[in-house]
Amino acid sequence: MKVLVPVKRVIDYNVKARVKADQTGVDLANVKMSMNPFDEIAVEEAVRLKEGKEHHAAGTVTEIVVVSIGVTQAQETLRTALAMGADRGILIQSDTDLEPLAVAKLLQAVVAEEKPDLVLMGKQSIDGDNNAVGQMLAALLDWPQATFAAKIEIAGGKATVTREVDGGVQTLAAALPAVVTVDLRLNTPRYASLPNIMKAKKKEIAMKAVADYGVDTAPRLTVVKVTAPPTRSAGIKVADAAELVSKLKTAGAL
Amino acid sequence: MAVLVIADHDGSTVRDSTHKTVTAALALSPDVDVLVVGQAARAAADRAAKIAGVRKVLLAESGELGHTLAEAVTETVVGLAPGYDALLSPASMDGKNFMPRIAAKLDVAPISEIVEVVSADTFVRPIYAGNALETVKSSDGKKVITVRPTSFVAAAEGGSAPVESVAGADAHKAAFVAEEMVKSDRPELGAAKIVVSGGRALGSAEEFHAVIEPLADRLGAAVGASRAAVDAGYAPNDYQVGQTGKVVAPALYIAVGISGAIQHLAGMKDSKIIVAINKDADAPIFQVADYGIVGDYKVVVPELMAALG
Repeated sequence: MKVLVPVKRVIDYNVKARVKADQTGVDLANVKMSMNPFDEIAVEEAVRLKEGKEHHAAGTVTEIVVVSIGVTQAQETLRTALAMGADRGILIQSDTDLEPLAVAKLLQAVVAEEKPDLVLMGKQSIDGDNNAVGQMLAALLDWPQATFAAKIEIAGGKATVTREVDGGVQTLAAALPAVVTVDLRLNTPRYASLPNIMKAKKKEIAMKAVADYGVDTAPRLTVVKVTAPPTRSAGIKVADAAELVSKLKTAGAL
Repeated sequence: MAVLVIADHDGSTVRDSTHKTVTAALALSPDVDVLVVGQAARAAADRAAKIAGVRKVLLAESGELGHTLAEAVTETVVGLAPGYDALLSPASMDGKNFMPRIAAKLDVAPISEIVEVVSADTFVRPIYAGNALETVKSSDGKKVITVRPTSFVAAAEGGSAPVESVAGADAHKAAFVAEEMVKSDRPELGAAKIVVSGGRALGSAEEFHAVIEPLADRLGAAVGASRAAVDAGYAPNDYQVGQTGKVVAPALYIAVGISGAIQHLAGMKDSKIIVAINKDADAPIFQVADYGIVGDYKVVVPELMAALG
């Protein structure tokens, strides 16, 4: 079966985002960019499904297609996924950061072309923090969704997914095709080896434009401003636990 | 303009996050209805009816709604949507699961985890792990919004709204298999007055149990963890405090062996009083802590237990 994994190029996880002085957004000039960490987990799981690693039967997945929507440099993000073990990439070039609804509509069009059995994707991107595209794609396709996956089993045309919920986990069975979004505990993504990075350079990336898909990507939201959050100032250092307890009692916290 | 709040509840009572979402809804319109989806959830609906300011409570029941399956919730809510200008839900794991699906079915841009209502179409929400606040104005006719509960005060009790049954859907898309809830006598992380959290410095799941949990129990606190501690397997995922985990704002937050990564700070910096215990005097957690102790938790936590008596 075929898996489609959408990936996004975002600010690196370890970089502190800084708001632009003119309040129009976050300053991304000369900032390190990487694959969204949750998307890396999705790519890793797809590759394990193909390799038959862990509890997955070998050959559960036969082809992994990765797709990104973004600037030309998002090719690097796709190359990273190809080096991890994906088979080919699609880049839908866009110089503007599209809203989740527009992204979901573009992915719906990609699904119509590629006809994957499973869309595996990160639960949220660490820039917009919307946590929306997977659920919206499932809605547009009228497919079942299993979000925040901590464990995925594929067998008999079904995805059995253990999902993170408040207070514990819930297990769902969804007939394929389905959309599964992944959470932290699912796996630890690999680092691509140098030979695999070299091999990935020869893998195909199809270059597309948003206009190729003929979907409405007009924004529904206007960003009025982007500001820095209020800062909290550092308090005092206390010498020991006894002093701490006395301060907390005075402050009425205990 | 009328607003529908989709309640977060456990079948018998409604969670505090629902009261807080009602407060956000009342900032949009005085006409606020609450929808309780579930199975055998009449008691929760009766409790929702007591929230002050609620016009009426709708109760939708089905087998799938009993497990809050996104497809069934979506079908139910989309059926009710023509009567409302805005749909709000707490940004719980359930709300995050079904609200974007509802938004897509309505061809609307969802607005995630708002922390402030500026006006009926303009909202503030954190982005980039809370390192920036984005003010967005929506041009959609219908708003679909999740609300970060810690940013709103809870609506008071004292209402007496009527409860009305409405059709509850079964969508037959995904099937419920099982559920495993962590049984705990501790308060819920999102609603606790005191939270004790442990970080990567704890070094193992055993140490996490042995150090963090007794301190939490002594204080009647909920237990939290940094993403690093969850990643390393020291604590379960639902302990995670941070931008991608739970956002908490207790009266007292005690961070043990947590360095204070950006994404963790985003999840707890609105706490009233923050205490940090860390042996690294330069750890970023001290920049937000009201009281800090520079020292090894192995020494400080036992001393703290003793000082608490």
